[in-house]
Amino acid sequence: MPRMLSYGAALAEALMQEMERDPAVYLIGQGVNSPWYVGNSTKGILERFGPERVIDTPVAENAETGIAIGSAMCGMKPVVIHPRMDFCLLALEQIVSQAANWSYMFDGQVSVPVCIRPIINRGGEQAAQHSQALHAHYAHIPGLKVVMPATARDAKGLLIAAIRDPNPVVFIDDRWLYAVEGDVPEEPFAEEIGVAKVLREGKDLSIVAVSYLVQESLKAADQLAAQGISAEVLDVRTVRPLDERTILESLARTGRMVVADSGWSMCGVSAEIAALAAGPGFGYLRAPVERVTLPPCPAPMCKPHEEAYFPRARHVVAAALRVAGVKAARPT
Amino acid sequence: MLFHDEMIDPFQACQAFASASAVDADLQVRLYTLMLKCRRAEERAAELAETREVGCPVHLYLGQEAVSAGVCTALKTEDQVFGTHRSHGHFLCKGGGLRPLFAELLGKATGCARGRGGSMHLIDTSCGIPGTTPIVAASIPMAAGAALANKMKKNGLVAVAFFGDGATEEGVFHETMVMAAIWDLPVVFICENNFYASHLPLKDRRKRDNLADAGKPYSIPSARIDGNNVLEVHRYARAAVEHARSGRGPSFLECRTYRWRGHVGPAWEWNLGIRKREEVEEWLARCPIRALEQQLLAQKLMREEDMTALRQKIDEEIEDALAFARQSPYPAMDTLLRHVYVER
Ligand SMILES: Cc1ncc(C[n+]2csc(CCOP(=O)(O)OP(=O)(O)O)c2C)c(N)n1
Ligand SMILES: [Mg+2]
Repeated sequence: MPRMLSYGAALAEALMQEMERDPAVYLIGQGVNSPWYVGNSTKGILERFGPERVIDTPVAENAETGIAIGSAMCGMKPVVIHPRMDFCLLALEQIVSQAANWSYMFDGQVSVPVCIRPIINRGGEQAAQHSQALHAHYAHIPGLKVVMPATARDAKGLLIAAIRDPNPVVFIDDRWLYAVEGDVPEEPFAEEIGVAKVLREGKDLSIVAVSYLVQESLKAADQLAAQGISAEVLDVRTVRPLDERTILESLARTGRMVVADSGWSMCGVSAEIAALAAGPGFGYLRAPVERVTLPPCPAPMCKPHEEAYFPRARHVVAAALRVAGVKAARPT
Repeated sequence: MLFHDEMIDPFQACQAFASASAVDADLQVRLYTLMLKCRRAEERAAELAETREVGCPVHLYLGQEAVSAGVCTALKTEDQVFGTHRSHGHFLCKGGGLRPLFAELLGKATGCARGRGGSMHLIDTSCGIPGTTPIVAASIPMAAGAALANKMKKNGLVAVAFFGDGATEEGVFHETMVMAAIWDLPVVFICENNFYASHLPLKDRRKRDNLADAGKPYSIPSARIDGNNVLEVHRYARAAVEHARSGRGPSFLECRTYRWRGHVGPAWEWNLGIRKREEVEEWLARCPIRALEQQLLAQKLMREEDMTALRQKIDEEIEDALAFARQSPYPAMDTLLRHVYVER
């Protein structure tokens, strides 16, 4: 019997079980007690563990993150929530220069087991400063691991792994995925960080997708199947470390690749994956790689522009048809 | 080591004359008109948010109108104000129009940000509104930057940063205070203390109720005032602006007020466990508009029927603005990539 749980509820369950298991785990961030900020992803945690381990902070991203990092160096295992990735920009110094570097800079004498959760929360006519998907920033940095679950099961299994990991892990969940349901085991379990997964097998082309675009790509694969095209859908799951082997194996099977990522293409995660195809995967390629990403502009505001701006299944379908050599109208 | 001169406190004189008659009659009527315009426009916007005709996040300023009216009337048109996510009042009081406001709420090409910003990104460069930003505290250094430009250009203009109590928790607030003080920048910091940062009350974010001391460590003159008393706000703002304009540097005002509705959206949020109904009702009873209304009537500066007529006129302007917004087109699809960079 599958046990269906939503992505948001799976996050809350992971947190609940890890806090139960390890008294060093605590939750800190703006809105961890708020009825609206973090969806249902911290539901019930405050009631269970109280304000000592569920710390709602003043509006001070840099310090609240630095405080968590300092406590992580001294035996705690904080989970820091930034209800929007846009606000986490104020904490980048602590994450990038500090947390990511300490292990290396002191030759392994210190570890920073912090889990940072900047949530992507876009759309809804919120305009440019409340819509950004900036995961590539973190993926650029040696010393950080970057996890982006696309399914309810992974929301739980990868969050548990991120909390247990002795390194700083940036765990990026996406509000567009919170309602997605899936079969999620009730007992605690940790997925391995750095392993991609083929969610749907296919032989004509590989769609290598990140985060919510995995869900969109599964829909796209259905639509492609209706047109006689068999698309493999690969969920990247962690963008750093990137599971190059699984991606290349898929490319070896199909010879064609679409990369779907919710960030911009310039220096983005999609560029890294395309570089993989252009390098070690070159011999497998039978067509140029296509990328589905944001247009090269900030997020617009009004509905019709948002509709055109954020990539959806239809954009993936169009890219797949181009890669497959099928002529089709560009998405409107 | 030689430090700077003693701080000159522009607010000492303000305490002296507290009666309404200290503000001239025309100005009192103007303050009333501005506050009423904000109030009615936002009540309409709240309805549109409720029916989802307005889809962007809307942070209502209802209850706080006295701050924007009192401060903006102390400024020249060219003086700059920088606002936040909660800036409908700042926009309207500084001279922004109802039509561009409502069109922006609907994301239309005729909006003040041409449909690129929504409620949180208001702009009118023709009347000293270089833009509002919902990133908490981001308005603060930018206002100081405008003040630096004013100082370098010697144009005699003053910049104002509007921000909330929550914004004082960000590092950039303190960093800006350091520089504004040391460089004597012509900037006025208007902290609208409505006692909440989204769901969190001030008492959960600050050891003591002492926001008005925020300027002290930097020797920035500071005062705590009743942000629901528009005449008091205006008096203090005028002193702060004169202080800045005459080259004496920045100052800081804690304006104590309250937002009636929830953090975002039209809901009252009685039942979310965030604040008690009695607390909201206490503040409703201290409505800044009603308070001035009573004073205007007592001084015979306006009659009941004048007020009714004024309200009708404002409501007509609002309906006109809404009709205009509804008829306006969305930005054309081929403009999506425009203005990422400056286009000449
Ligand atoms: C840097 C940053 N952190 C967090 C937020 C989320 N946020 C939006 S408004 C707000 C509360 C701000 O409180 P305050 O400054 O008192 O302004 P008010 O909403 O009360 O007018 C918060 C935390 C944000 N927009 N920007
Ligand atoms: Mg506030």
